[in-house]
Amino acid sequence: MKKFLAQAYIWTLLLLLYAPIIIIMVFSFTESKVLGNWTGFSTKLYSNLFTVKESGTTFAVDTGELVVRSAPQGVSSSLFSAIENTLLIALVASIISTALGSVAAIGIFNLKGKKKQAMYFLNNIPMLNPDIITGISLFILFVAVGLTQGYATIILAHITFCTPYVVLCVMPKLIQMNPNTYEAALDLGATPLQAMWKVIVPHIRGGMVSGFLLSFTLSIDDFAVTLFTKGNEGLDTLSTYIYADARKGGLTPELRALSTIIFVIVLVSLTLINVYSIYSKRKNIKKQYWRYDKAS
Amino acid sequence: MKENCIIKIENICKNYDGVQVLDNINLEIQKGEFVTILGPSGCGKTTLLRILSGFVKADSGKIILEGEEISNVPPYKRNLNTVFQKYALFPHLDVYDNVAFGLKLKKMPVDEIDKKVSKALKMVTMSDYEDRDVNSLSGGQQQRVAIARALVNRPQILLLDEPLSALDLKMRKDMQLELKEMHKKLGITFIYVTHDQEEALTLSDTIVVMNYGKIQQIGTPTDIYNEPQNSFVADFIGESNILDATMVRDREVNFVGHTFECVDEGFGENVPVDVVIRPEDIYMTSKIESAQISAVVKSSIFKGVHYEMFVETENGYELMIQDYNSFEIGSEVGLIIKPCDIQVMRKERTCNEFEGEIVDSTTVEFLGAEFEIAETDLEPGTKVRVEIDFDKVDLLDDKDDGAFTGVVNFILYKGNHYHLTIINEDRECIYANTNDVWDKSDMVGVKILPQDIRIFKAEGDE
Repeated sequence: MKKFLAQAYIWTLLLLLYAPIIIIMVFSFTESKVLGNWTGFSTKLYSNLFTVKESGTTFAVDTGELVVRSAPQGVSSSLFSAIENTLLIALVASIISTALGSVAAIGIFNLKGKKKQAMYFLNNIPMLNPDIITGISLFILFVAVGLTQGYATIILAHITFCTPYVVLCVMPKLIQMNPNTYEAALDLGATPLQAMWKVIVPHIRGGMVSGFLLSFTLSIDDFAVTLFTKGNEGLDTLSTYIYADARKGGLTPELRALSTIIFVIVLVSLTLINVYSIYSKRKNIKKQYWRYDKAS
Repeated sequence: MKENCIIKIENICKNYDGVQVLDNINLEIQKGEFVTILGPSGCGKTTLLRILSGFVKADSGKIILEGEEISNVPPYKRNLNTVFQKYALFPHLDVYDNVAFGLKLKKMPVDEIDKKVSKALKMVTMSDYEDRDVNSLSGGQQQRVAIARALVNRPQILLLDEPLSALDLKMRKDMQLELKEMHKKLGITFIYVTHDQEEALTLSDTIVVMNYGKIQQIGTPTDIYNEPQNSFVADFIGESNILDATMVRDREVNFVGHTFECVDEGFGENVPVDVVIRPEDIYMTSKIESAQISAVVKSSIFKGVHYEMFVETENGYELMIQDYNSFEIGSEVGLIIKPCDIQVMRKERTCNEFEGEIVDSTTVEFLGAEFEIAETDLEPGTKVRVEIDFDKVDLLDDKDDGAFTGVVNFILYKGNHYHLTIINEDRECIYANTNDVWDKSDMVGVKILPQDIRIFKAEGDE
């Protein structure tokens, strides 16, 4: 009985957690415009997703909702450009954040005592700060310095909130590092720059990769900060596009297919990462067995 | 002699947060020598090594490597290589690339690197391991790779920072012999830091004993063992009986209530000294009449080669003796000590001495605390010299009862009492004799009665 309850609890919990995404996935295979209305199985939404509507491009911008909604085939090119923008911004922002965050982590790690604690604390604040406040303050800052809002400001904003996470990912790798490793490199004739490149960077690479991935997802995911920094030139990322779209009176049906694709991509990549780490652990153990075999 | 000197350390001082870690170190090391810097943890030996390798900068002083001052040369430009305590191999590189690291930085041609690396790996008997991931190696194997990685660069001096301390005993003994062998073969100067006195005695041509950031003694292993210059060295190296004694006259010294013949001269007459007698140098006999002193066996433990016994003499001194024969516990034995086995040392101090200042007619301040004293007519603010006998320093369990609190830093057993070194917050020392058993790093309250504080006006303070 006890076991049954425990099982029931965990399955209910999982069901509640995944219910929304499952509903979206199921209804991505039907053409119905309204979510929750099953009008027969179809992969139309998926094929629509990959066909840009010929004439809708200009109309979509000019007359907005009417054209998009009445279009029988394909999605508007503004959704495409939103996807493009999202990926481009995420890529640029996470690459720069990874570089900045790694260097910052090394710097903070080498500070001593109170200074180190203070810097670590300062690094943690932006992560706890509500997005909306980060967004508003960045908006005010950009206006104050007279920066035209667009790609540049979104990327700058994303770098701002991603970098602390990179620091957080890289720091444990530095703590794990044998404190003499860097000195050993200097001792063998490496200049501080060479030692950093040849010894420290390879050592913290794992942390840098997870920092990069985290930044990438955070950037794709972000809505609040982007909304305040994207300006009013019609630049949209996926999140702001969907928000605007939903406000126009209902979600474009193709977004259900898009959500499903994104979810599947994430699921597959997570599975791959996990399988890889299990595999490499096994390989390590095998290696050790091999060592004992050879020794005996 | 002078031309053979490879490295010269001149007046090196180093402070960490106001704590003097190295206090005016002077040392000259000959080419091809195997020098061991030996001392307890926190004595400054590792800091000295790190100053040599360039990771730490000395506050003052000079390091001269073959006639050239290198005090301000960064580590990567010094032709010295270090073997670290925890190996510090590069985990992302395999054995070959670890060893080749230094050579690749020098942009050496590939075939030459190949040759040198395989030669170095052969020397440490790791030839078959070139492609191995360093994390898959055992501690001993990793340390061999670390040694190969350092030696392949042909350094002028190899610095070793407790390289064997992370290995188990058997492995350590094997590696000691191998290191000694390598040193002989290569002719490179080795500077080896360790806290293991046995290791130091086994390996070195010269041992430098350090404590409290100062060099206590420099000498060959036999010198250090047989003729320790002070009680710290005697206690730290091997087992020893250290006793208070009085030099009666040349070649005669009195301790445990008996005057013994010895070989030391020039101390003066009736001068208090310390004597050191190694436990294997006391001969036990059941014929009490023919012995110098008699004692009762208190305990006896079989140690494999010998028995380790504690005996108590008539006047209540406890002595440690190592003998091949076992004597029954409780039996009376005679003891004989040969003149040449008695090592007489000048006492470093005969009482506590401090610089202090008069606060008012019944209070004096020293060691960062105020003490009550017998009434004095010296003006407040007068600088004074304060003397207190060792056995007048009271140590209290309750920290609040004392004038100040200190930590027991060093314990010396003197046969019938303990001689303790107590350190206060400012790293100043006070010495106390006591019969109570304290442990190292115990916190104690220190109390001194007013009548036991002797005060002298500081000289040259007119």
